[in-house]
Amino acid sequence: MASIAFDTVSPKRLADVHARNEARTAWLLASPAIVLMIVFILLPVIAVIGLGFTNFELGIDKFRFVGLDNYSHLFTDRTFRKSLWNTTVYTAIVAPVSIVLGLGVALLIESETTAKSFFRTAYFLPVASLIVAMATVWQYLFHPTIGPINALLATVGIPGPNWLGSAGTVLYSLSIIGVWQSVGFNMVLFLAGLTAIPRELYAAAEVDGARSAIDRFRLVTWPMLAPTTLFVTTISIINAVKVFETVQTLTEGGPNRASEVLLFTIYHEGFVYLHVGYASAMTVVFLVILMVLTFLQYNVLDKRVHYS
Amino acid sequence: MSALSLSGITKSFGDNAILKGVSLEIEPGEFIALVGPSGCGKSTLLRILAGLDHADSGEIVIGGREMSGMAAADRNIAMVFQSYALYPHLTAGQNIAVPLAMRRLSRGQRLPFVGSFMPGQRSIRKTIQRDVAEMARSLKIDHLLDRKPGQMSGGQRQRVALARAMVRQPSVFLMDEPLSNLDANLRVHARGEIVDLHRRAGVPTVYVTHDQAEALSMADRVAVMIGGNLLQLATPQVIYDDPAHVDVARFVGQPRINLVPALAEGGRVAFGGIRMALSDDREAGTDVTIGIRPEFVRLSDNSNDALAAHVERIEFLGSEVIVYCKLDAIGETMIAKLTPAEAAGVSVGKPVALTLSPDKAMVFAADGRRLAATPVAADSIKERAHG
Repeated sequence: MASIAFDTVSPKRLADVHARNEARTAWLLASPAIVLMIVFILLPVIAVIGLGFTNFELGIDKFRFVGLDNYSHLFTDRTFRKSLWNTTVYTAIVAPVSIVLGLGVALLIESETTAKSFFRTAYFLPVASLIVAMATVWQYLFHPTIGPINALLATVGIPGPNWLGSAGTVLYSLSIIGVWQSVGFNMVLFLAGLTAIPRELYAAAEVDGARSAIDRFRLVTWPMLAPTTLFVTTISIINAVKVFETVQTLTEGGPNRASEVLLFTIYHEGFVYLHVGYASAMTVVFLVILMVLTFLQYNVLDKRVHYS
Repeated sequence: MSALSLSGITKSFGDNAILKGVSLEIEPGEFIALVGPSGCGKSTLLRILAGLDHADSGEIVIGGREMSGMAAADRNIAMVFQSYALYPHLTAGQNIAVPLAMRRLSRGQRLPFVGSFMPGQRSIRKTIQRDVAEMARSLKIDHLLDRKPGQMSGGQRQRVALARAMVRQPSVFLMDEPLSNLDANLRVHARGEIVDLHRRAGVPTVYVTHDQAEALSMADRVAVMIGGNLLQLATPQVIYDDPAHVDVARFVGQPRINLVPALAEGGRVAFGGIRMALSDDREAGTDVTIGIRPEFVRLSDNSNDALAAHVERIEFLGSEVIVYCKLDAIGETMIAKLTPAEAAGVSVGKPVALTLSPDKAMVFAADGRRLAATPVAADSIKERAHG
């Protein structure tokens, strides 16, 4: 019977059945990930976008659709504009400085022979430590009267500023903490990139006449690190734009909103004033900024940093 | 004056002695193949020559100038690497231009943007372009100049690497297994091309390879390195016919040489029809090794003086047949290289009788040294034995 049944099924149909089975298995295997992505990523994003068009406030039962009111309000909101500007300044300092320092430290550690792992661990400690806990240490370091930084400056006759307490310096003080925190992370990424560079390229550069370390850096290291640098740049910018813990623990946006940053403003609107609808609109702007930055980096630069 | 001379080069990594006093002289325009099994130190020697590593002791003289302590960039040597080591972000043309730009342009002139305003920069760039184009034409890669290494095949990359090395007339040309990443057909073709290029450029060349066939077919002289020692430096023919050491004999030749143990008694060695008189009588009563190449092993019908053996394995290679036989008396394998006609009727497991050409045998001492030996007639052995 089996052979007769087999004869009636053409090979073409057998192949179709096989392909359908394979497709079904594929969907089955992928479904947990798909479900999780929808529940935990896509739905919340859609909810935030939706809430941004409402005047929803936590604790108030009724809310209604307000269209683009939240967004038009954003452009006239002085706090929001201030926090957008502060975030830009903070990012413009922290991202480039931590990238350059991270690369410099990685290059130094790469050429180090005896204490390589010690330096690697030491520079990575700020990444692994809890920033909220370390903020107290920084508060002490930056203290205008008892802080060691100002004490050090006083010994050479420079009157130290009120680091976290004055509107003129608070953003720069926070930037120093931001750099301290992310150099180690960038260093680890650059170290990984450096070890992936074939040694023979350096040998070739030497034979080709690249006499100095700077020549070899320009001929081999920098171009070969380009994919890593692009990634580090993206991550650094995103992390800098997301600054929150240090602001919340050390300055609460002050003094006089001089350290008010995007995430802090969103947090205040959403969780202190409970203006969830308005906070959602801010979050959407925040997301759009991050997406545009990432999109630009990968579409403009990606083709120029991958060579094969 | 030799183009390049190495004397007493030693190098150790920790307790591991990689080079144990290597000396080597290369004549102007000569092509030397440095051959040996992997781990013999040949690549380390090449890196020391290039200035990428530094020897613990010894002297390197290139073109009459002492090189120890001099950086690779100042030695005016060119090198082709096993992986080609092309800069992946540069096009083929830019890759070939690198050694010229590094030497002819000052650091200021090489700067991006700023460099283009430096005086003289443009005319130097123009001559570099011309030299690159000329080099590319002579290697027939002018159509590849705008491609990046990632868009080229292995053979094309190898040519670009060659062009980059040859574009500035170096005083020595070093090659580190440049053909080992090519497929077999291309490799044989590229061998001929490299030899041809060398003949045209006339630059002394040191070519490192682990492939003895490559070394024998390409080089003017072959240097065989084993275990950190340079065992022999001679023409390919001498290396093959007259190896100075048992390791050289074993390493060179495919299929490998037959080596059988024997006993030297009274200045004589005898094995399966081979009778040799050692010129040095002190080797009496000691263990020696007799070597004979597979092409001098023949099947014979008459079992007088022949070695009885059984066929273990047969490899048919078209123009020749390799027959692996196990000797009945001592259990050693003896390889015979036969023509298909000679091998007709041979099958696995069948008993055969092997004869060895007496005048082609070599004798090696227990420590591997070659011993001078001359074949003698069978009778004289008997006479001696009776007398």
